[in-house]
Amino acid sequence: MSTSSEDIKAYRERARAWLAENAAEYAEPREVSEEELVRRSKEWIRKKHDAGYSAIAEPVEAGGAGGTPEQAAAFAKEEARYHTPTFTGVSIGFAMAMEVIRRHGTPEQYRRFGTLTHRGDITWCQLFSEPAAGSDLAALRTRAVKAHSESEGDHWIVNGQKVWSSWAHHADWGILIARSDPTVPKHKGLTFFVVDMRSPGIEVRPIRQITGHSDFNETFLTDVVIPDSNRIGAEGEGWACAMTVLATERNQSRGSDNDARHDSVTSLVRKAAATPRGGGTALDSAAVRARLADWYVREQGLKNFAHRLRATTTAGGPPPATIPLMKLVSATLMQETNAFLMDVDEYEGLFSGAGQDRGEVFYQYLWSAAMRIAGGADEVLRNQLAERALGMPGEMRADKGVPFNELPH
Amino acid sequence: MNLILTEEQGLLQDQVRGLLERRASPESLRQLITDQAPWSPELWQDMAELGLLGAAIPEAHGGVGLGLLELCVIAEELGRTVAPVPFFSSVCMAAEAIKLAGSEAQKAQWLPRLASGEAVATLAWAEGSAVPPTAAGAHGRPALTTRIADGRIRGRKWPVPDAAVAELGVVISGGEGGPELSVVDLSAAGVRRTALDGFDQLRHHADIVFDDAPCERLTGASGDAVVRELFDRLAVLEAFEQVGGTESALYMARDYTLQRFIFGRQLASYQAVKHNLADILVMLELARANAMYAAGAIEEERPDRHRAAATARIGATQAYEKAARENLQLHGGIGFTWEANCHFHYRRARLLALNLGSLEVWSDALIDDVAHADAPQAA
Repeated sequence: MSTSSEDIKAYRERARAWLAENAAEYAEPREVSEEELVRRSKEWIRKKHDAGYSAIAEPVEAGGAGGTPEQAAAFAKEEARYHTPTFTGVSIGFAMAMEVIRRHGTPEQYRRFGTLTHRGDITWCQLFSEPAAGSDLAALRTRAVKAHSESEGDHWIVNGQKVWSSWAHHADWGILIARSDPTVPKHKGLTFFVVDMRSPGIEVRPIRQITGHSDFNETFLTDVVIPDSNRIGAEGEGWACAMTVLATERNQSRGSDNDARHDSVTSLVRKAAATPRGGGTALDSAAVRARLADWYVREQGLKNFAHRLRATTTAGGPPPATIPLMKLVSATLMQETNAFLMDVDEYEGLFSGAGQDRGEVFYQYLWSAAMRIAGGADEVLRNQLAERALGMPGEMRADKGVPFNELPH
Repeated sequence: MNLILTEEQGLLQDQVRGLLERRASPESLRQLITDQAPWSPELWQDMAELGLLGAAIPEAHGGVGLGLLELCVIAEELGRTVAPVPFFSSVCMAAEAIKLAGSEAQKAQWLPRLASGEAVATLAWAEGSAVPPTAAGAHGRPALTTRIADGRIRGRKWPVPDAAVAELGVVISGGEGGPELSVVDLSAAGVRRTALDGFDQLRHHADIVFDDAPCERLTGASGDAVVRELFDRLAVLEAFEQVGGTESALYMARDYTLQRFIFGRQLASYQAVKHNLADILVMLELARANAMYAAGAIEEERPDRHRAAATARIGATQAYEKAARENLQLHGGIGFTWEANCHFHYRRARLLALNLGSLEVWSDALIDDVAHADAPQAA
């Protein structure tokens, strides 16, 4: 289905008018508690759903509005003018969970979970990584064993531990990948499920991070019963399902890269110029200048690379294989520049007080360590660049063709 | 601003690349070095016939009337092959200097001859470590001592690129109101050219002594501002040349490591090798993006063009040096031989890192410009 540009214009005007009436309270950003954010997010989805603005391009029988991608894009642009509540569990549901269910699940599963999700009834979390399965996700050990009983019918018993699941304590459902057959090579023995987070045997514990905060959880699954009707795709199709989710995640994070700030090195230069050093300032130092110049060049390079990327994809070209460089460069830049904000004040740079609150610098420097790992560690990104952009060979693998239960670990 | 090439610019790129594949093969470069020949007049002639020498010279002055970015496209291809022609000296340095600083009559006098390739020109700006005050980046460096008096020029300029094959020299000298630009007939009495024994064997340089040689001052513009505009342009043009060299060295290394087997597997399959080349790819992509932006910023006369040009130069210099070194490294012992092609880039990367001022000079200029900028510019 396509929409003429005239229709789109009218649609967008209607959307704008509806938002003016219904999103007025979100005209300005607002700090609210986690619980409140979750509540508001669900309420906002429900409101959009009732007006035909939730999951606009999805079919009506799956809780969508039965519209076109053009209409969805037009509404998104209008909604972006507001600070509407966006709990991470909503985007995990709308983008990742729905995509994997639509592509690998049954039409009935898509209708059922689409309706619940697109109406704002449920939010989602992702149960993928494990303590010994991060970059090598397929090394995961959470076991799913098939069973049958009079009361439960065909079902699975799941045992294991998942980590780095964001907001799992606020999520209603989870997308889960588990090992259903350890006797075959590791990518082949995986199966994908959706699981009710309120099932008996699920325990969500916050992970205490090096920042002192707890943005993520670890989720323990002990004899959790999952009905076979909540299996997504065939037995052994779990890896393909996970790839669908990860591809969606990558596409999402690419969009947000475009909004990153690109003037942080300029503020470092100003900071150095305002920092007394000997008879002058820190900016008189050739060593300081060389480092600042290096960072400025990389930061501008990222800005201009993103600009070129937009031009390429807008022109209809395929997304280039060089995209992983954006996070590779920005995470390291974040680490180095925040270290500099401490360096420039010498010993004192490690302390808040005396009129200087350095809490944000400390936090950003700590957080940069996570940025170099999450969403593709530096080493993985370099492999991707070498293999996909430069066409170099994949890694020699010790696990190829070997049954999972014969691998050393 | 458009940061990707247009279809026409892509066609120009293909055309130049095709010509250079035929005319600037590695074998021909080795022959030129053996013969101690300073350039390939045949390639120069071909480039003239395709209109490449006058690409960015206005039609009124015998050129094609295209923009800076088209010149950049050509420079990138020349950089890729280390092409043995005085393109940068004559078409980028001298012609751009005359375009910026010459009067209408002076442009009409010299530009048609440069556009047709009939005359080769160069720019004599350095005096050893002395650099023109292109920016505050020239901190603590000696001032130019070459001077003009009564239509005659006196002083010493070195190193001067392609001076042996150039008929005309645009000379930057010191003056009361800042630097001045003039045109000198390099074959005139009072000009003494001495070849220098240089590191880059494919671009010859000379030491020139002007002993009251006749000169004609460019009267359209002079002073710090025009020299700065000129060096912004040269930095960006050369950044493209460096980007071309970087890409060439990167893929030379990629291709070699793919076909070389070691300990029973492709050299390219080792993670140390993959990560090394991935890092170079990142530097290349960022350098190219910065160079594209800087070319656009100059064309549109944006207020951030000085720092954009410095940004382009620094990124491209770092990328080319790294690519040239690692390319030779990954070739192993073969890379150290005359028959392998690594040495062309290994030497050229050093020349381009210093011939417009070092990283130190440009980093200084960049940081001064950023420190004094009122607000960051949007793309």
